This record gives sequence, C-alpha cells and structure tokens, in this order.
Amino acid sequence: MAQVAEQAQKYVGGGILRKEDPELLNGAARFIDDMSIPGMLWVSFVRSPFAHATINSVDTSRAASMPGVKGVYSGTDLADEWADGLPCAWPVTEDIKAPKHWPVAKDKARFAGDAVAVVVAETRAQAVDAAETVDVDYEPLDVVVDMEAALQDGATKVHDEFENNSSYVWNLDVGEVDQVFNDAAVVVKERYYHPRLIPNAIEPRGVICQPNPAQGEYTLYSATQIPHILKVTLALTLGLPEQKLRVVAPEVGGGFGSKLNVYAEEATCLALGRKLGVPLKWIETRSEGYLATTHGRDVIQDMEVAADENGKIVGFRANLLADMGAYLQLVTPGIPILGAFLYHGVYDCQAYSFTCTGVFTNKTPTDAYRGAGRPEATYAVERIMDALARRVRKDPVELRRLNFLERFDEAREVITGLSFDSGNYGAALDRALDMFGYDELRAEQQRRRDAGDVKLLGIGVSTYIEMCGLAPSQVLASLRYVAGGWEAATIRCHPTGKVTVITGTSPHGQGHVTAWSQIVADELGVDFEDIEVLHGDTAISPLGMDSYGSRSLSVGGVALHYAAEKVITKARTIAAHELEVSEEDLEYSSGTFSVKGAPDKSKTIPEVAFSAWTAHNLPEGTEPGLEETHVFDPPNFTFPSGTHLCAIEVDTETGMTNILKYVAVDDCGTAINPIIIEGQVHGGIAQGIAEAMYEEAVYAENGVRMTSPMSNYRVPSAAELPTFETDRVETPSTTNPLGVKGIGEAGTIASPPAVVNATIDALLPLGIDHIDMPVSPERVWAAIRNASGSSVDARGTDATAAGSGVGSADTPGGEA
Amino acid sequence: MRRISLTVNGVQHEGMVEPRQLLVYFLREQLGLTGTNVGCDTSTCGACTILVNGNAAKSCTLLAVQADGAEITTIEGLASNGEMHPLQKAFHENHGLQCGYCTPGMIMASLDLIANNDDPNDEDVRIGLEGNLCRCTGYQNIVKSVQQAAGEMRSPAST
Repeated sequence: MAQVAEQAQKYVGGGILRKEDPELLNGAARFIDDMSIPGMLWVSFVRSPFAHATINSVDTSRAASMPGVKGVYSGTDLADEWADGLPCAWPVTEDIKAPKHWPVAKDKARFAGDAVAVVVAETRAQAVDAAETVDVDYEPLDVVVDMEAALQDGATKVHDEFENNSSYVWNLDVGEVDQVFNDAAVVVKERYYHPRLIPNAIEPRGVICQPNPAQGEYTLYSATQIPHILKVTLALTLGLPEQKLRVVAPEVGGGFGSKLNVYAEEATCLALGRKLGVPLKWIETRSEGYLATTHGRDVIQDMEVAADENGKIVGFRANLLADMGAYLQLVTPGIPILGAFLYHGVYDCQAYSFTCTGVFTNKTPTDAYRGAGRPEATYAVERIMDALARRVRKDPVELRRLNFLERFDEAREVITGLSFDSGNYGAALDRALDMFGYDELRAEQQRRRDAGDVKLLGIGVSTYIEMCGLAPSQVLASLRYVAGGWEAATIRCHPTGKVTVITGTSPHGQGHVTAWSQIVADELGVDFEDIEVLHGDTAISPLGMDSYGSRSLSVGGVALHYAAEKVITKARTIAAHELEVSEEDLEYSSGTFSVKGAPDKSKTIPEVAFSAWTAHNLPEGTEPGLEETHVFDPPNFTFPSGTHLCAIEVDTETGMTNILKYVAVDDCGTAINPIIIEGQVHGGIAQGIAEAMYEEAVYAENGVRMTSPMSNYRVPSAAELPTFETDRVETPSTTNPLGVKGIGEAGTIASPPAVVNATIDALLPLGIDHIDMPVSPERVWAAIRNASGSSVDARGTDATAAGSGVGSADTPGGEA
Repeated sequence: MRRISLTVNGVQHEGMVEPRQLLVYFLREQLGLTGTNVGCDTSTCGACTILVNGNAAKSCTLLAVQADGAEITTIEGLASNGEMHPLQKAFHENHGLQCGYCTPGMIMASLDLIANNDDPNDEDVRIGLEGNLCRCTGYQNIVKSVQQAAGEMRSPAST
C-alpha cells in the first residue's frame, strides 16, 4: 500500500512514496550496461588526444589483426553512412554558422576527445585493446581555448569554412536602452565568468543497437533523456526510414541535460549495426565521458544595471560571450537564449538589452546542463543586485523589495514581451527570512566584524525566477527552435479495472511513475497501485517530446489531466446510457457517476470500462473501448520563483568557507508530491553549491583539460555539503489547469548567487567585492592576500590562477 | 586464465577469469549480478561498492583473482525472505534515491558504516560516505535514511 504522509483523502498533494524504488533498491533495475543480447559485439572509439589537428592518415591494419576484432573504421571509411551530420535543432539566428558535424571526424579533430576511428570486437576488453593500436597520423594545429582570443582578428579558426569563430550574435532590445543608461543616476557594471561544468550523471552513457535484418528494423537502446527526439533525428542523420527505427531508454541513471543530445556514439552504433547486421554495445567510461559528453555553462557575462539614487531600477543590459565548444550539438546555441528573457529577474524596469555571441573554441561542445541559460541569467541578475545595494547603501533584501514586480495572480506582461504566469515574490522572501533568522544573523555578522573575528560571516540573497515548459510550439518557431513544445499522454482503462498510462515524458530519476499515478488515481478514482505508467520506448509511446527543461509535469502531467478529462467525458456518455438518464443528470466525483437525487444509481469508471469492452450496450455512435490520448501544447511557459538564503563563514586566515545555514523557499505552483519536490530542491541546490564552490573544467593553453574526472574536478560528496532547510509557497500557474510550474532545475538556478553573494558579503570589510566561481578556498585566500596588499605566495598563486579557467576575469567589480 | 572460487551472497561460485579481470565485471558479467553498478574508472564514485569479508570495498579497484576465497555480499544479497533490509526500507521511506544508480553502492557503504558505528550523527554519516557520490539527492535524504536504518538495526522491532 502506498503510504500517504500528508493528505489521506487523495493522492495529489500527498507525500506518496515512490513506486519506482523497489527494483532500484534490490539491484533488479536494468540500466543499459545491465543489458546483453546474444551475439553482441563491443564498440570502442579512438579519440584525438589533440584539441586541434589535421588527420593525415588512419592506419587500421594492426588493430584489425588483434584478437577478436571484427572491424576497424576511420571517419573516411564511414563517410557514406551519413545522410547528414549530427543535428543542431536550434539554429538561433538566420545567419548562424553551423558546421557539419560528422559522427566520426574525417579530416580534422577539433577538440581533445573528438572520435577519429571506431573498433568492433568480440569483448569489451578486446575492443579497447585494439583501439589503442589504431595508428593515427596527426598534424597538430594551433588551438583556441579562450573565447575573447578566439574572436580576435587573425585567430586560429575552429572551422575553416567560416569567416571567424563567431557562430552567431543574438539580440533583444526593449525600450530606449542607451538613453535610460545615459540618464540614470546610478549605473553599476560588473563582469562575471560562469565556469565550464561537467554534468556527471552517475551512470555513464551507453548504447546498444539491435538490428533485425529480416525486417530491416533497428532497435536502439540508449541511456538518453530523449528517445523520441533521437528516433526522428537519427533517422535523418542515417537516412533510415523512421518507421523502421525504435528507440528505447531503459532505466536511466541521471541526465541533468547531458543525455539530452544526439551523440556521435549513438549514430555510429546504429550505422555499424546497419553495416554489420549484428547487435553492438558501447559503454562510456567516465574518463571518456569527460571528453565526449557535452559540458555546460562557460559564459562570460558583462552585466549592467541602471537605477535612480535610491536604487529603483530603470534598466538592465547584459552582454554575453557563450562558448559553444568545437561543434553545435542538439541545442548548443539555444542554451543562452533560454536565459535571454530573464536578465531582469523578478524586478520591474523600463529598458532591457540582451546580446549573446556564440563562440567556437577547440573544446568539448557545450549544451544543456541543469538550468540551461537560467542559472547564468539568475547569477548575473542576483550578483548585480547585491552590487547595486552596496552602491546605494541599502540592505540587499530591502533593495529587492523596492524593485519586485508586485503580486499578480493572473498572467501579466513584462518588459521582454513575455507574460509571467503568476507571482508572489514577497511571500517566498518573507517566509525565507523568517526561517533563516535574517536579523539575528545580520547582528551576528556585525558582532564578528566589530570584534575583528578571523571567521567572518556573510549572508547571500537570491530571489530568483526561471521559465519552464518551452511552449507554445508557435513561439518556439519564432525562436527558431526546430521541435514542438507539446507533450502526449494516453490513458487505457482495462476491462478488469486496471489502468495503463502511457506518457511521452522520459524520466530518469524524477519519479514520473509515482506522480502520474497520483494524478490519474485522483481523477479516475482508481487505486494508485492499479495504475501502470509506461514510458521511454517509442514502440509503446509513439508520441512524445521527452524530459528536459523542467517540462515533464507542466506539459506531460497536464496532457495526462486532459486525457483523463476525455476518458471521463466518454465514460459519462456510456454511464448515462446504462443508467437511462441524460448526461446532465449525472454527477461525477472521484471515479463515480451518480444520478442527481438518486445516489444509489451509479457507475464507476472500472464498471464503465468493462461495459465499453463488452460493447453489448453502447449508445449510438460510441466506439468500444475506454482509451483516450491527449496532446497538450501549452499556451505559455511557466515561471517558478522563490528565495534562497545562504549564510557562510569565511576563515580569513585560510580561505576556508563553510555554509552555516541554507534556506530555500520555492514557488513551483501547485504541489503534486511534496516529497519528490523536496528531493528535486535538495539535489538542485547541491549541484548549484557544487557550481559555486567546487567545480570547474579547466583547460591548458593546448586545449587539454587539466581537471580530472570526479577528483580535482570536484564533484562534492556528502561531506562537502550542508543540510538544507526548505519550504514552499504556492501561487498556482495560470498556464495550465493543474496550476503546476516545475521544480527540476530551480535549486541549481537559485543557489549559485546565494552562495557567492554570501562569500563576498563576508569579505566586504576586507575591501573585496568580487570573486568568480568557484569560490574555492584557494581563490578566497588569494583574494584576501591581494586585498591586503600581500604579495602572492612562493608558488606564484594569484587570484586568477586557482581553478580560474579560460576566459576567467577576476577583475574587481568595476562601476561605471 | 585463472580459476577462482568465492562465496557471493551465501552461494559458492567458481569461475575462470583473465588475471586483469576486475571483480566488478566478474560479478556483473559472469555471475549476472548487475545490481552493482560502475560509475567511473578511477575508483572515485563508489557506485560499485560491495562487502568483501564484511568490509566495504570498491569492486572496480579489486581484481577478481584477489577475491579468490573471499566472502562477498552485493545488493542482491541484502533482502531476506522478500523483506527489504532496514537500509533498503529506510532509503525508500526517506526518498533517499532518485535515479537509483549510486544506490546499491551507497547502501553497501552504509552497511559498513553502521557496522562500525551503530548510532551515527549527521557528520558521521556524511564523512563515512565520503567515497560515494550521488548527483541527484544532495545527500540529505541519504543521511536521514542511514540514521533511520541504524536506529532500526540497533533495536529490532522484535525487542
């Protein structure tokens, strides 16, 4: 029996424990590497050790003679397999430079890790052994790793066919921007570097291709977030009839955007399956994943705010350089555009300007990573709010309140032309301040400052907003996003009273099976345990747009609601016929139709499902069966928001930082399952703190990454993270009838500025008003040393060296 | 090839292995015990944690030949008579897992932790699980789960 912690009378809103758990807890769950097909061969990729090199030749002869080897192929050998390059589905401008991206490079390697050949062998070890003997003659070329250097005249070009390394420039200006900034009493300008991040889903990627030569069909199993999108795009890349391709996402061990892509390995395994007619398997190693799985962020942001002398804001202006890496993957260029409309946060203004330049470098391609564009926007906005508060000598909380958009329960248009669905920013802030003990902590901060304590206290505020559920499809068209924003759901009521739900979302840890069961159990009055939720297989759920961007509930969950309404509508017709009353005479409640005034005359949904199956006595024109599908294309985005507060203690002698308190109050609209929401918030904050304090992919000048997997690229363990205190406020979304907004990314979006603002707040008495992420102890220590006029230490450490990465600019926050 | 003999979840197994074969792949591919997952190739993530002679060990760091004669417990060996182990139950009840990929290793490491400290506080759990990475949960519910399980294991329901 499901346990209901909060509301026993219904499932929605209750803290229902997850249906997904048992098989994950006893080891029975089948992840991609747990699957095996008789006769299956293994695939291993040969990858360029150089960030930029001409491939003069690939000698496969020695590898081909290794034990168990069934085939060795260079990029040239596979050239005829491709009808097109790997897809970029978001060419954000008409004149974007989008290079052909062949799954296996032919002439040039453009980042360290670019696949240049592939080996097929009988065992995993044989494939790896043979890959090491493939002799590639490389001619190393000059490398560009730094975005600003890449844009200079005469810079080495990543793609010879283009004029320079600029992929695109995307701009949105609203209002008299220059005039507003020129006339403003106060303008604050800062530069922030958002480090390059590596997603680190704990399950590496993997692919199994199972051809069925007799029918000319292929099943591709992949550890992916997007089986449906993969089916469409791989059919195009391989020139394969789409109806012959089935894509299955088995149990998937986390994604965070890194499995939201169409990868070279997926295309290559499918091509090799077609070529050889046998099943093939490839499993990524973690070290390989650090090279070949997309990275996130890597953005330089010049952020400006204009205000009057009291801090009342009149304008925001943001100018970004976004590192694309060497190629445009599925939505690489669009990631900054997901933030483009949010550089005014939850604040009112009269003028708005956003410009982003996408830049090619010889690094692993970037793409979606939890938050995707919104963490960058939120970070820039919330950092500049603190800078403005310092400038106008106001408390950061007071400044935010002064500029909040006032509470609105109906959608309202904002400066960018978007329509925010609903918002009550003050409510979340009030609740968070109360939980945090803001005034007491400010007093403690002052006490420590006055006492000259070596451990200073800092308080960081982040009152964030984000946007989820990319839609409607027509708006996506105007943004030049190639796919739609809809989602599909089917409800099949079996004659035995059981229910199958088929969803187009593709969960990989989010608990859709549980949440979707809750929605259907309430709407159809069937038992939670009698509902089976199927997903992640294009043969079972032919319609779907998959899971990313916190869209699953606000689009897929809502599609399910509408499918349930259709079921109820049809069931009402049948029930009325059987009860010999008119439909208007029926009342519906929790799965039962009863005759008004004669409640003993009734029919339940399972009873109607049986009648619909026997079809012995259906009304005229009613088809047998009780199964309905709905495809929902939302009328608008949803806009979750909230307040995160962080108190950090900084040891000014060592640079060590310690989070003393972390409070999060999120508004994700109506709650379906508070336990799952809290879990999403915890995980999101942890990733945001990792971003703010620990993680950065650092590259050497030759384009080789220096931070190694999960070690000095510091994925935090339990020991590095604090306990979080969380709560919610509920302002129902006006975008959908469930009132839901989305919570998958909020924690990652909200938390980095809370942490960095707190660190800087602690260091203000030392004259430090800027440190870039990650605010590692080494960097904090160096900033303190620099501020106090001490020379750098004997090892030559300085404020920009410690994990600062390429494109970093630790200049003190300059004010214009 | 070398012959090895070992006990896994109470069952005696013999196998022929390449000297370079890692224990985790012997368990997964030769014995079919795929509950133990592989999350990295540098012994950092801990997804492959099992018990070897009662102590937590990362099975990607051991060669199969090193386990010759050993007594091994994997996640598949925890439940008894269809009843979840208190740790499995606690992870379920406290939402201590999301994607579930790190979970078997996390639970096996927790078993070792509780064996050495039957009443761990928050910090004990956090430091004790330092060798196991989770990317989904932010660890808070894992800490809660381990503490609940430790409590149940200290005072079984029968007493």
